[in-house]
Amino acid sequence: MVEKALFLKNSPLQNADVIQGIVFDIRKYSIHDGPGIRTAVFLKGCPLSCWWCHNPEGQSTKIEIIKRENRCIHCGECLSICKHNAITQIGDQILLDRAKCTLCGECVEECYAEALELIGKRMSVEEVIQEIKADLPFYEQSNGGVTFSGGEPFLQPQFLHGLLIGCHQLGIHTAVDTCGYASWSTIDSLRQDIDLFLYDIKVLDDTLHRKYTGVSNKLILDNLRRLSKLGAQIIIRFPLIPGINDNEEHVRQLANLVKSLPQVNEMDILPYHSSAINKYNSLGLEYSLEGLLSPSDEHLQEIAHILEESGLNVKIGG
Amino acid sequence: MSMTDRVRRLRQNSLEAIPTISTERAELITEFYSRNLGLISPPVHRALAFQFLLENKTIWIGEGELIVGEKGPAPKATPTYPELCCHSLEDLDILDSREKIPFKVSPAARQVYAERIIPFWQGKSLRDLLFREMTPEWKAAYETGIFTEFMEQRAPGHTVLDDKIYHKGMLNFKEDIHRSLEALDFYNDPDAYDKQEELRAMDICASALICFAERHAEKARQLAEQTDDPQRRWELEQIATICSWVPAHAPRTFWEALQYYWFVHLGVTIELNTWDSFCPGHLDQHLYPFYMRGLAEGSLTRPQAEELLQCFWIKFNNQPAPPKVGVTAAESGTYTDFAQINLGGLKPDGSDAVNEVTYLLLDVIEEMRILQPSSSIQVSKKNPDQFIQRAAKIIRTGFGQPSIFNSDLIVQELVRQGKTVIDARCGGSSGCVEVGAFGKENYNLTGYFNIPKVLELTLNNGIDPLSGRKVGLETGDPAQFKTYEELFNAFTRQLNYLIDIKIRGNQVVERLYARYMPAPFLSILIDDCIRKGKDYHDGGARYNTSYIQGVGMGTITDSLAAIKYHVFDHHTLTLVDLLELLRTNFENHERERLLLSNKTPRYGNDDDYADKLMRSVFEVYFSAIDGRKNTKGGEYHINLLPTTVHVYFGSVMGATPDGRKAGMPLSEGVSPVQGADRHGPTAVIKSVAKMDHVRTGGTLLNQKFTPQLLQDDAGINRLVQLVRTYFKLDGHHIQFNVVDADTLREAQKHPDQYRDLIVRVAGYSDYFCDLSKTLQDEIIARTEQKSW
Repeated sequence: MVEKALFLKNSPLQNADVIQGIVFDIRKYSIHDGPGIRTAVFLKGCPLSCWWCHNPEGQSTKIEIIKRENRCIHCGECLSICKHNAITQIGDQILLDRAKCTLCGECVEECYAEALELIGKRMSVEEVIQEIKADLPFYEQSNGGVTFSGGEPFLQPQFLHGLLIGCHQLGIHTAVDTCGYASWSTIDSLRQDIDLFLYDIKVLDDTLHRKYTGVSNKLILDNLRRLSKLGAQIIIRFPLIPGINDNEEHVRQLANLVKSLPQVNEMDILPYHSSAINKYNSLGLEYSLEGLLSPSDEHLQEIAHILEESGLNVKIGG
Repeated sequence: MSMTDRVRRLRQNSLEAIPTISTERAELITEFYSRNLGLISPPVHRALAFQFLLENKTIWIGEGELIVGEKGPAPKATPTYPELCCHSLEDLDILDSREKIPFKVSPAARQVYAERIIPFWQGKSLRDLLFREMTPEWKAAYETGIFTEFMEQRAPGHTVLDDKIYHKGMLNFKEDIHRSLEALDFYNDPDAYDKQEELRAMDICASALICFAERHAEKARQLAEQTDDPQRRWELEQIATICSWVPAHAPRTFWEALQYYWFVHLGVTIELNTWDSFCPGHLDQHLYPFYMRGLAEGSLTRPQAEELLQCFWIKFNNQPAPPKVGVTAAESGTYTDFAQINLGGLKPDGSDAVNEVTYLLLDVIEEMRILQPSSSIQVSKKNPDQFIQRAAKIIRTGFGQPSIFNSDLIVQELVRQGKTVIDARCGGSSGCVEVGAFGKENYNLTGYFNIPKVLELTLNNGIDPLSGRKVGLETGDPAQFKTYEELFNAFTRQLNYLIDIKIRGNQVVERLYARYMPAPFLSILIDDCIRKGKDYHDGGARYNTSYIQGVGMGTITDSLAAIKYHVFDHHTLTLVDLLELLRTNFENHERERLLLSNKTPRYGNDDDYADKLMRSVFEVYFSAIDGRKNTKGGEYHINLLPTTVHVYFGSVMGATPDGRKAGMPLSEGVSPVQGADRHGPTAVIKSVAKMDHVRTGGTLLNQKFTPQLLQDDAGINRLVQLVRTYFKLDGHHIQFNVVDADTLREAQKHPDQYRDLIVRVAGYSDYFCDLSKTLQDEIIARTEQKSW
């Protein structure tokens, strides 16, 4: 209780234990999402649905249920526990009917093999801050901090705001990994508590952007220009997807865009990898890029070279 | 970075040499003991034996070698020590034919053993005497795998040298010995005669080492005459000059310093097969003056120094650990003899000790990439980050070296044990992770102690369920325990009872060595044996520590957490149900096994529920041991490390409440149970740091990293900060196995393609393909820390 009082003291935010959000992962020793040793907090829900998304479990704003086949020991306990007949057995296969499932979580509780799992957990600001705080000695030693990622953190603005303030009260550096698709007023009201933006730019052509992500990039680019004019710390992150955004002309256009932004000259290339395909299967989602290979090292170097030529500071892998 | 043709050839020869059993030492020692020397004091007898060995053993100088001398008659021709432990013919056959860590035994060697060695020593070695002296309780506990006994096959070891040999030759030590002899007071000191015998013995040994070096000088001169190669002739003449100068006198050059140390190393390991780890300690600090002087005078260049060090490294690799028999063969199957060269850390005055030679040695470690010697970096808050970064780049290559120690904490640990601050700073870590005051301490690992087995006995009211033997105390019918506290009290009583049995045995073993196996040569090297006129085994050293190494901290913590959480706090299971599950090894109850394994707060996740239980076990173990008196004027202390014994200890145990199945390995060191840590390395570090490492003499934390986590500079820098944070939280040691599980599985399938794959086992590295299948599986299972 003492700690709680301390946390609330002098806070513009008076209800850290009340404000809640949905978090789908908290990953410690995150070393490629901003400076130092960090904790990455993944907030659920994203306005985009990129074909290559490697966190598809972060797209829906709702809690979801997944089943990991390789862990299931076929004890059958979930069949008897489910009151909604959402779990059935055909032969050896245990099937999940998401239409009937109410996400009550009772089967997950009883699944000792951890094959059934809820993706997303409702947490209060205070609960998340307690988790973050555990690694304080590591942040202090390494000049690290916390990175809010997702999903799209700005989709839960009140929750994010509470978390950012909570971090700053503890002197913890904050970064937000964003797709930039949020209203300017939302970003503007939170930006004072964000020490670093990890800002994703995917495709510059708006038609293609709509095709691959589901939304226009106009708002994204406008927000980026405004943020940079206001002096925000920004690192551009560029997910490199072979055949989609890796042609030389596009990369040059991207370089020009970034060069035109005041005070931004750092760029991370995030090479595509297909390791998320199992997540799509577990979630019962389709994967649009089946069979696509990761870019070769040489290709990555070529692209890094183009970007570096225009004076950008480039890192591969962030 | 480079390797000359010479070094490449010597290294290749060393890697390819097949370990064999050499009977030379056994024959010489048997011949010596066969002679009737009349009545003679044990120290002088042992000194004469030492002299006889050094006068008669084969002198080996290999083609192209710059540092000379072998423990056996040739590289990897491994001597035996029948006066301590006599191999039977069956032992020899097993050594010859076993798949892992074999030693070839020629028919001639077998015959020598059958006709001369075994008939002479069988039933008469120190090992035989030791087992005769142990109580039935001790034997029962030993046989059921509650503890092991280090000294049943090898003499007390674990000591490391300080800087004295770089200032003093054996002739100077002889002067010191004579001064002590002259100072003996036969009127007032009842031990004067015993001291005289000990000092005479030391004097004989000092002379014997000088003669041994002179034999190398003669051999070098002969070879110089025979060679047509002018370059090699010059080298051999240099070797001859050096061997005539050291160890008689203090070294003058870098080369002499290395050769001197090597003669001392051979002396110590020929006298007795000192357990593990005899090594030069802070080699970078010791060599620094010689290196700088050589450079300044123009008599040495960096490449020359590098080549000499590489040759020095190969000498260590030529000496496989003496092969063992019986239980200890299973507990620690390795060729490595645990020499651990310390780099960096603190100078005696407390300042940053990292110097040019530190970086030179790191280059050598990376280039040589061989099993022995092992190496560690001693990290103080005063050392620069660059030093750890350089080491991290070697760790990244996946060869398991160097391991990383908290130098500032080691000083605290040693000071707590009663050392002066200066002596503590001159100390460091040796063997796996154990600390000592180098050059001034006899510190001994006396045996591993199976902590989870204590719980197993408690849950069976003193009966070992595997053998059905009653080995423990009757601490009550577990079904009657009403609270967790009752159970934990029973566990505490059980542990104290078994520790008492172990310590009683230790006290006898220590006296056996003091009385029958003095080590007068080693006594020359360790303060204050000469001053006191007392043997290393008999309290001659300035400090004397006996360690008992606790094993299975993760397994015991998770087991207690499972009982507390499910039986007493949440009533998911009764204790009777749980015992039945354990008895049947979870047969047809996989779901319940997963409940215990997955739905229990477990150690390694920064979860106070489990971590508090870890602390309670630590306190019980500490209180049972720390501060008790040994026979050498010193005390018992604890450390927590397993080498490979967690596999053996697991094999003698049934299923445990943490969901571990019967026979599977226990957790190792202070690391969490394999796979139980689910929140990454920072959570592991937070959990482990809740233990009070200051009150130990060493703990071992193993972390398995995939190469991806270290592939760029960011990864390296984060690793440095991870280590710095662990040490800020007073962690003792951490080591990283950098290899992915797929690679290990491949290596298991195709061992011939992965012969050079070295992995960190537990405080030391070993060839993956040489490890037992169980240990291989266990290493694969250790949590792979992934982050993206």
